[in-house]
Amino acid sequence: MKYHCPKTFADAAQIAADATGVIRYLAGGTDVLVQMRAGMVTPDDMIDLKHIPGVKEIVQNADGSWTIGVAVAGAELGAHAGFCADYPGIVEGLELVGSTQVQGRATLTGNLCNGSPAADSVPAMIAAGAVAHVVGPNGARDVAVADIPVGPGKTSLTKGELISAFTIPARGAQGGDAYLRFTPRTEMDIAVVGCAVNLTLDGDRVASARVAMGAVAPTVIVMDQAADAIIGTTLDPQALDTMATIVSGAVKPISDKRGTAEFRTDIAGVLAKRAAKIAYDRAKGTK
Amino acid sequence: MAKDTANELRIVGTRPDRPDGLDKVTGRARYGADISAAGLLHGAVVRSPHAHARIVKIDASKALALSGVKAVVTRADFPTGLTGEAWDLQENTMAGERALYDGHAVAAVAATSAQLARDAAKLIEVEYEILPHVTDVDAAMAPDAPIIREGAADHSVPEGLHPNVVRYIEFGHGDLEAGFAQADIVREHQYKTEAAHQGYIEPHACMGQMGADGKGEMWVCTQGHWFIRKMCTQVLGLDASQLRVTPSEIGGGFGGKTTIFMEPLSLALSRKAGGRPVKIVMSRSEVLRATGPTASASMDVKIGMTKDGKITAGSATFRMQGGAFAGAPVDMALYCAFAAYKVPALQHVGYDVLANRPKAAAYRAPGSPMAAFAVESLVDEMCTELGLDPLEVRVKNAAQSHETSSFGPKFGVIGLNETLAATQAHPNLSVPLGPNQGRGIASGFWFNHGGDTSVSMALGEDGTVTVSIGTPDIGGSRASMAMMAAETLQIPYDNVRVNIVETGALGVNEPTHGSRATFATGKATVEAAQSMIVEMCKRAAAKWGIEPEAVEWRDGAAHPAGPNAGEYPPMTIGEIGAAMSNTGGPIAGHHESVPAGVGESFGTHVVDVEVDPETGRTTILRYLVVQDAGRAIHPAYVEGQYQGGAVQGIGWALNEEYVYDDMGRLQNPVFLDYRVPVASDLPMIDTVIVEVPNPGHPYGVRGVGETGIAPPLPAVANAVAAATGVRMRHLPITPSKLLSAIKASKNG
Repeated sequence: MKYHCPKTFADAAQIAADATGVIRYLAGGTDVLVQMRAGMVTPDDMIDLKHIPGVKEIVQNADGSWTIGVAVAGAELGAHAGFCADYPGIVEGLELVGSTQVQGRATLTGNLCNGSPAADSVPAMIAAGAVAHVVGPNGARDVAVADIPVGPGKTSLTKGELISAFTIPARGAQGGDAYLRFTPRTEMDIAVVGCAVNLTLDGDRVASARVAMGAVAPTVIVMDQAADAIIGTTLDPQALDTMATIVSGAVKPISDKRGTAEFRTDIAGVLAKRAAKIAYDRAKGTK
Repeated sequence: MAKDTANELRIVGTRPDRPDGLDKVTGRARYGADISAAGLLHGAVVRSPHAHARIVKIDASKALALSGVKAVVTRADFPTGLTGEAWDLQENTMAGERALYDGHAVAAVAATSAQLARDAAKLIEVEYEILPHVTDVDAAMAPDAPIIREGAADHSVPEGLHPNVVRYIEFGHGDLEAGFAQADIVREHQYKTEAAHQGYIEPHACMGQMGADGKGEMWVCTQGHWFIRKMCTQVLGLDASQLRVTPSEIGGGFGGKTTIFMEPLSLALSRKAGGRPVKIVMSRSEVLRATGPTASASMDVKIGMTKDGKITAGSATFRMQGGAFAGAPVDMALYCAFAAYKVPALQHVGYDVLANRPKAAAYRAPGSPMAAFAVESLVDEMCTELGLDPLEVRVKNAAQSHETSSFGPKFGVIGLNETLAATQAHPNLSVPLGPNQGRGIASGFWFNHGGDTSVSMALGEDGTVTVSIGTPDIGGSRASMAMMAAETLQIPYDNVRVNIVETGALGVNEPTHGSRATFATGKATVEAAQSMIVEMCKRAAAKWGIEPEAVEWRDGAAHPAGPNAGEYPPMTIGEIGAAMSNTGGPIAGHHESVPAGVGESFGTHVVDVEVDPETGRTTILRYLVVQDAGRAIHPAYVEGQYQGGAVQGIGWALNEEYVYDDMGRLQNPVFLDYRVPVASDLPMIDTVIVEVPNPGHPYGVRGVGETGIAPPLPAVANAVAAATGVRMRHLPITPSKLLSAIKASKNG
């Protein structure tokens, strides 16, 4: 195995483009190192991104949007008061990944690029409308985070492409988000279902909303119809029930050792209601 | 004799720091995998990916061609002609003609690095012919079930049963029909529990070395190194005394480390690799696939009860699979089933059944948790139906000291009444419950055990004392032994060092199992101290020129027994130690026996849960363990045992299970999906130590390690029933299963 330590994303992309074997990027390493130890993967080229300037930065831009570096760890994001105030849902998603020790390393980028449909930080990123900045041998492009995963363990990034940072839109007034997952245990577990809701209010009424569900399909899915069911409402019980019914009707879960399809279907609607209520309260500033 | 009343004790009952504490918190303690040696090789094991398959061919030529690969062993390297349990152990160590479960070892390789050994293992080509398999106990008894091993049944099995039934048990007393006829209600249900793993944090690890001369050494993480010695030498056809086994520090065992798994492979590989030491460290996945979980169970229980809560009769029919070998703890389960009750008529029937799963190992009170789940669930159901207080009913029917037990022998002095009374008095029982909350109560039992025990003790030149014991310290027993030795010798706790010594240093010791260490090794430690006191009194008597009988031992010194003995200043243990070279030589005490007077232990648990009716998720709000310890030598470790048992039982009740796919492959061989509870899942577990001294131990000790895992299974199920109105008769009570049952009850 060759270990590379590039100083720019362009160099990293070139190393990856030139590599002939199995490539792995190292940001937090909380998936790669575990997979290596378990014998699941033996990379030929390991490209460490931590030494590229800016990868540890959390920056609020002039327009209120946020740029998050690829090596920002869960513990760092969770300690950033400004970002936590704007996007508590993204933060709580990332903070659910692993133990306290893992939080010192685990990143949004790694959680996304590992490609798990159950990744905890991805639904809230997608619900927030986050954009990934992608660098590759043929230049840079911006890709919606929703379009990065294409299946379990698979992303839309092509050979030599890697994410250099995320931008998350400005929060604006009267906005809130939330992420909830269901796990049999309280911690150290993997989502049986995950749900993120991001919304803005106009007075007491929902002005805009995005609902993203994890672990109920091969990728995190955005449910526009479910969002439509609460837009224009005060999130009254009837609106929530309608949304839950739409969510449970639209998910396409599998049965596996972590839960049956029937259970995931039931839970998806329950979590959507609960997450929407939390996001609404946060947008109102009541929680 | 030692002082035997609590108020005269100076050390017993206090909470000193543990002697192994600093080593453990600084990382200095050496566990199984921490050993190394010059010329060390690393072993890796090739395991069957099939639940049941004939091994057609094993070709290791590609592995052996790698530079650095020093040896490959298969079953062909083991002696033939073994029978009975020795054959079972050998077959489980390394598959012969057939792989009997997913994870069964079929070959092993030793190489100069762990990575190379793993790479080489992948190059060993095994050709399999897949055979039909069965993993469920009821399916394994069905007429069309594949036969796992023809001729494995013993003489107890009646004709006409499936060959997978290898042991049959039947016992009881009283007139069952008359008993049921006297009852106002008779209820019968089936209950099921799934296989659960001990879940110790430290995976199995060992380093074995064996030369062509048949002499060997082993360093190993185990609960019992004499068992390792006996089993390894049996499997390899060697003389027991030629293998010296040293136990490492141990990161948990819970019964699962009282037998062998890959240990003989390190010796076989070493012998084939010219005597170089071979270390084998299991991965977690190997631990879950190939070491012993406990059995899964399918149980029918029938109970008759009068309107005022008197149990008139009971019957239990238990079916358990313990993997592809005889040994599911169905006998123990039946003995425990009604142990907490005095019932006029009882019948017990048990079936030990083979299935294509790993060979079951002991797990904390083997059999008792399953039995408790079935019986204590049904008792609770009947209490609910009759509107009776479940604690009152347990008091009304409680087993009593000196009376015949449900399983035959007479009880000694038992503390069940006192345990139930302490439970009734506890404030947790009066905490008001909210919506979706429920309270569950259940009792449990374990026999406890004596077993082969050998202890020696030596006086140092400065009057300090070394105790050599043979039971590995899995629960603070070094502290307990030091406390009992210091109490008996009447010297400070810090003046005693307890070492767990290798097999060459003592007579045979059974493992730390059966909750026996504090009882049996403790009793032997006290006896050894007594024999050392006799010798020390002799030395003083010789110096003073009086009869040894005229010398008494108190406050850590020899004293003239009374005015008639003469006027001499006391001779302290330090003075005796300093002078011993000139007064007759080294002073030591020792004791070897199978200690009699084992004291049984009963416990009662009370749990409050809250169930989320929309997700089926159960949260443990509050948990109380009340158990008889006889006398707690070190109360903090007794509380730790109570809490640990409760936590393991809660895991078994709510989430832990072996999940197999339709090919018989284990689907959850990692801790991410084999869900033991994590700290944040649990409240602080409340404990009450009841002390009804065991007259069979000098300080009144009863074993406390095992009883505590039995009540949680029914207590949690009873609490869930109280919270939801839904009775879960098949563990674990996963959110998925519970939500589905809640939905069904609303629709029905």
